[in-house]
Amino acid sequence: MAMTSATLSLGPVLFNWAPEVWRDFYFRMADEAPVDTVFVGEVVCSKRAPFFADPLPTVLERLAAAGKEVVLSTPILVTTERERQAVSDLAATEGFRIEANDLGCLSLLAGRPHAIGPFVNVYNEGTLAWLAGRGADAVSLPSELTRDAVAALAKSASGLGMTAEVQVFGRLPLAISARCYHARAHGLHKDGCQFICGRDADGLDVATLEEAPFLAINGTQTLSHTYAALVGELDELKAMGIGRFRLSPHACDMVEVARLYRDRLDGRIGTADVLARLTALVDKPLSNGFYHDREGVAFAGGA
Amino acid sequence: MASFELICPAGTPAALRAAVDAGADSVYCGFRDETNARNFPGLNFSRTELKDGIAYAHARGRQVFVAINTYPTAGNPGPWHAAVDDAARAGADAVILADIGMLHYAATRHPDLRLHLSVQASASNADAIRLYQREFGVRRVVLPRVLTVQDIARLDQEIDIETEVFVFGGMCPMAEGRCSLSSYATGRSPNRNGVCSPASHVRYEDKGDRLVSRLGAFTINEFRQGEPAGYPTLCKGRFIAEGKTSYLFEEPTSLNAIDLLPELKAAGVKALKIEGRQRGKAYIGQVVATYRQALDAFDRNQPLPLAALASLTEGGRDTTGAYGRAWR
Repeated sequence: MAMTSATLSLGPVLFNWAPEVWRDFYFRMADEAPVDTVFVGEVVCSKRAPFFADPLPTVLERLAAAGKEVVLSTPILVTTERERQAVSDLAATEGFRIEANDLGCLSLLAGRPHAIGPFVNVYNEGTLAWLAGRGADAVSLPSELTRDAVAALAKSASGLGMTAEVQVFGRLPLAISARCYHARAHGLHKDGCQFICGRDADGLDVATLEEAPFLAINGTQTLSHTYAALVGELDELKAMGIGRFRLSPHACDMVEVARLYRDRLDGRIGTADVLARLTALVDKPLSNGFYHDREGVAFAGGA
Repeated sequence: MASFELICPAGTPAALRAAVDAGADSVYCGFRDETNARNFPGLNFSRTELKDGIAYAHARGRQVFVAINTYPTAGNPGPWHAAVDDAARAGADAVILADIGMLHYAATRHPDLRLHLSVQASASNADAIRLYQREFGVRRVVLPRVLTVQDIARLDQEIDIETEVFVFGGMCPMAEGRCSLSSYATGRSPNRNGVCSPASHVRYEDKGDRLVSRLGAFTINEFRQGEPAGYPTLCKGRFIAEGKTSYLFEEPTSLNAIDLLPELKAAGVKALKIEGRQRGKAYIGQVVATYRQALDAFDRNQPLPLAALASLTEGGRDTTGAYGRAWR
């Protein structure tokens, strides 16, 4: 894969943003952000999905008109009949690529080119090859992979003609549950949650008993407190054959985030500058520990 | 015919024999390396021990399943492939796998080896389970602990393979095999290393009036002097959210679904599984014997030994987890 061909993608919005905020976010990304691929879809909680049904067609149209490759992302955890139906409706959507985040969805995509999302456990070449054999032509690697594993999978993906992607910005998705922690934190039942997760645009901070920031909850999902930032690692990742870099959306200025990564990929700005500006934008610690085979919370330094 | 098959854990040959002697229909265990999800020091089986354990179980008409349910490391599938080959050679009645590449390997190389889908694969819907059946010939699915009994009943109707569910012991509040909390704090994960909240990263600090438990750099819980200090499993810790301190993810409690036996039977569940390969043979013998008694009583419509089971749960507290309505 040529060094210059690296592209940027925008992962699905993981949080419960108000529909008009969500719509305007995508309009602005369509108009201003130097991202090539945009993943759209409610992947965390099926109860939220109806809110986005209204603005969705306009958003997809606007993104496509701006020349973005639009991919529909499927939910992470599918258990109920309604959730299964939602996945099969998604898979039947004409004119858009699908990113599968659960194995159940794969049956519906057989023989049709599709992407494998970061919530499918792709840890090794055997799994990647099997998925490629069923029509997967892109994969977003799980965030807990180390540099050696990423390198091996990037090489394997190249041989299989797949685009391999790594998340390089945003809170790390660490867990998914049937239980809603936002509702639990507010003393509510999941069935009567009042969509309380909508109050926290980047997730609800979770601290230790000694008030050290630790995690963030987003409904049924648990994320890192830190924001993953693989910046000094980008050149190495490109050299490995990673062809696409995923930015996970947050309430901060994502156009600026995308520009910083684009400029770094194109050599217009140095790693230290990008890290300093990201730190100012998100006002949270950055991390890259998984990649460096350390605890995920760690930040192993830039270049 | 018994309503359920009873599947019991063994972390050592002694525990395997204890489980068989106490009435397990099948015992599951793993090799002494990173290929299984209970990769703890001093635990698990050598190749010879597995062979002997299988002989012991088979001589008494019981089965042994080998869990090879971590995700092989990219660039180094050797130990995982060897584990499948050796389990097959030793005469294991099934291997319990989670990784797609591993299922493909086992189905291709050992077409006669019975495959069970590990809970670590987190197959939570009929479409996913059918895929594993169709593509790899998987014969049984161990269901993730994210489903209600109603979900399980509906699911069982829609699939042609056997279902196995956890009924007793430790439980994850998160979808299994889809959790990186442990590696976020310690660098060691269930999927990659077969460990969660590993003892190597646990510290207890005496603060005078209280004892603080830590995992890596993070405080997981604290205890007053004299209060029993629990193990700092990350998701069973106390944290602060929204200004309130609580067991945000899950209390330090154990799963105990004994009250749900009628519903689980009606749902079509084939096998009931007890968690705890890290437990000693005395505990295993006691839990298995009690559950055996409970299942036999259930089959005869007699009262169940509820109190005996409750005394074996973590801190004497138990939950039916996602199975009931509590999580809705």
